[in-house]
Amino acid sequence: MTESASLRTLLDGIWSNNPGLVQFLGLCPLLAVSNTAINGLGLGLATLAVLTLSNLLVSLCRNRVPNEVRLPVFVLIIASLVTVIELLFKAFLFDLYLSLGIFIPLIVTNCAILARAEAFASRHSPSAAILDGISMGAGFILLLVALGALRELIGRGSLFYGADSLFGPMATGFEMQLFPESSGLLLAVLPPGAFIGLGLLVAAKNYFDARAVSLSTTQLQSEDPAQ
Amino acid sequence: MSLLSNSRAPHQHSQRNVAQMMRDVLLATFPVSTILCWTYGWGVLLNILFAASCCWLLEAAALKIRGRRLQPWLTDGSAPLTGVLLALALPPLTPWWLIAIASLFAIVFAKHLYGGLGYNLFNPAMAGYAVLLISFPAYMAWWPELSARSNINDTLHYFLYGTAAADALSGATPLDAIQTGLKQMQTLPELLANGTLETAGNAQWVWINLAAIAGGLFLLMRRTITWQIPAGVILGLALSASIAWIGDAAVNPSPWLQLVSGGTMIGVFFIATDPVSSASSPQGKLIYGAGIGALTYVIRTWGAYPDGFAFAVLLMNLAVPLIDRYTRPKLYGQVQ
Repeated sequence: MTESASLRTLLDGIWSNNPGLVQFLGLCPLLAVSNTAINGLGLGLATLAVLTLSNLLVSLCRNRVPNEVRLPVFVLIIASLVTVIELLFKAFLFDLYLSLGIFIPLIVTNCAILARAEAFASRHSPSAAILDGISMGAGFILLLVALGALRELIGRGSLFYGADSLFGPMATGFEMQLFPESSGLLLAVLPPGAFIGLGLLVAAKNYFDARAVSLSTTQLQSEDPAQ
Repeated sequence: MSLLSNSRAPHQHSQRNVAQMMRDVLLATFPVSTILCWTYGWGVLLNILFAASCCWLLEAAALKIRGRRLQPWLTDGSAPLTGVLLALALPPLTPWWLIAIASLFAIVFAKHLYGGLGYNLFNPAMAGYAVLLISFPAYMAWWPELSARSNINDTLHYFLYGTAAADALSGATPLDAIQTGLKQMQTLPELLANGTLETAGNAQWVWINLAAIAGGLFLLMRRTITWQIPAGVILGLALSASIAWIGDAAVNPSPWLQLVSGGTMIGVFFIATDPVSSASSPQGKLIYGAGIGALTYVIRTWGAYPDGFAFAVLLMNLAVPLIDRYTRPKLYGQVQ
């Protein structure tokens, strides 16, 4: 894989083909746990780990698995990885495990992971598959943290609430309270806030993309000597 | 869904436009606003004026951002009307920033994100009110004591800072009183006998609702609204309430009490009849109205919020495309 191709793969997942903002995959966990930035980061990290490892394993066995049974095999791989991650969370990040609850085991059903296994990893070399997993996972993390921070800030006036559950007791100071919790707009941390927030983020991304396109076309026109 | 009639051709134009309709509805809210002001004091007037101007400014801003012409949408009165209807749903003492947030959701989120006047899926005023109801339940449940009608200074103080003057007492609306009373294992005849409902302003709310009916009759006479939606809501609510009331009158408010407590009639005539977000065929309107009535009863009885009218309207707004689909009038000459 050339350098520019791998760079494109990397940028794909983070911006132009972001699993949440563009492909609208994995919305159930995305909407359910993005009520704080730290919850989003925790689930995002778990998803990143599962996605990268599953992409690697799927890519490694892509030539040995018969086409007819590929999906069950992918699901088995993903399910085993999620079980490992869940046990790791339970052992080392118990507070976060409690606050994420059912959504860690539910990573199995995150369609972003199966979609990447099917659409990318089963057709590419292991190194490209790992890169795709990292990029898609990073895109998912960025979106989860952005949405989580937005909802947390509007809904309860804080940022990085519960940071110690992810980074240990020394991270207690990360937590910021920007205005009193009682004057937050409660709607933002409730389920409707997730939908409205995601809609706003998608709109913002489309706005920036459209502006970038119109900027580059006006630039091309002004540089064109024929005109 | 649309302002267009979908009955069969030929059509006759009513020679009226959106601005005239909106003016009619604004005029029709006058009696009920007056009685509300008279009952609860200056706060109501302050809410109405502030919400209407907020909505109007936000409408101008939204049109500007979307790159639309400001005319005719800025002078047709639709935005101030949204503000007035929103204000009629609010408690008489509401801090200004809550009204601003509700106006923002009503005009920008519920209306302009869907494409502006005529395209909104949800009733803007109720969407704004529901945001407040969900986000600030404490403020929305705080109604001032009727006897202690606050003077203009206290009202302004609360409007600006959101904290009550020291001697302000918190009261309840009749619906609140019924809900708390029933939770404390009191029966309705007891609540009536010991004056709980009386202090909650039961009599005054009857007058408020009668004023709303007067406005509604004016709209019916002007043919700004049709009778199907109000009739549907009243029937839906009264029927559900009657069934429960006949079953056990001790814990279920009578249909009369349901119809004249809370701002039911304001909702029936001014909110449920919004031409954009309600069903369009005559049968469809009846179904739409009945659905609102039944859902209002369900949410009032089993829900955590004292009044369910706003949620009932929003839920039925969602059902409108389906209702319109199944009640589409037959084309002339169509054989089924």
